[in-house]
Amino acid sequence: MERIPILRIGNMLLVSIQVDLQDHTALMLQDDLSNRIVETGAKGVLIDISALEIVDSFIGRMISTTAAVSRVLDAETVVVGMQPAVAITLVELGLTLSGVRTALDVDRGIRLLSRGIDDRARGGDVIRDDYLAE
Amino acid sequence: MTTSPSEASTVIEVRADSDVVRVRQSVRDFAMAAKLSLVDQTKLVTAASELARNTLVYGGGGEARVRILERTGVAGVEVVFADEGPGIPDVDLALTDGWTSGGGLGLGLSGTRRLVDDFELDTAAGEGTRISIVKWRR
Repeated sequence: MERIPILRIGNMLLVSIQVDLQDHTALMLQDDLSNRIVETGAKGVLIDISALEIVDSFIGRMISTTAAVSRVLDAETVVVGMQPAVAITLVELGLTLSGVRTALDVDRGIRLLSRGIDDRARGGDVIRDDYLAE
Repeated sequence: MTTSPSEASTVIEVRADSDVVRVRQSVRDFAMAAKLSLVDQTKLVTAASELARNTLVYGGGGEARVRILERTGVAGVEVVFADEGPGIPDVDLALTDGWTSGGGLGLGLSGTRRLVDDFELDTAAGEGTRISIVKWRR
């Protein structure tokens, strides 16, 4: 059975989808990612979809759900590399991927995630300081 | 089975997840053969993917027939999905934006219809559903 590899780089997980996704492969990736976030304590998830020729409602839902689940598990998700034709089709289909952060390529995605992780680390300190001051 | 676009038409059984991927690949081949633009190819393949999944999930399986059409010198690609499932009880409702029978995102049919040029739906309770879509070359 096909499985999408998940690479760990520092405190981020990197997934590059290079196959035409079957529904069950997409669901398995969603589960695998959630498990790996918990195992590794990763703070960021980068999903590269530059090789995907289409994103239909099922794959779109997988992406949205993954982003929502990772947020609950204290990790931020960024989807990178969406082809222009895919973006046009997604919007016309009515899928907006609300709540999913996107970047044009892997480089920008990593920068976006790193910034977010730093900000949240600082934000976390502030909250803790306030709490202790009370 | 090969799905060469040079064939007059190709029929793909839709019985499993992997068949949805095969429908996508076949429709892509035909769309390229008909020289649709990349955006139009993507729209047609995405529409076909939605409908193939509907055939599988709601129709209990069926088939997809793909072929190239010619109308007054303009080429297009037609995909017809047919199943013998329960049918769609209220077609107007099913074509309403945001409607879903559950499990989906509620943009199946109405969203799919926006992606193609022609969209025809025949359905009868207990007798199945037949949906035909066409994308013409611009």
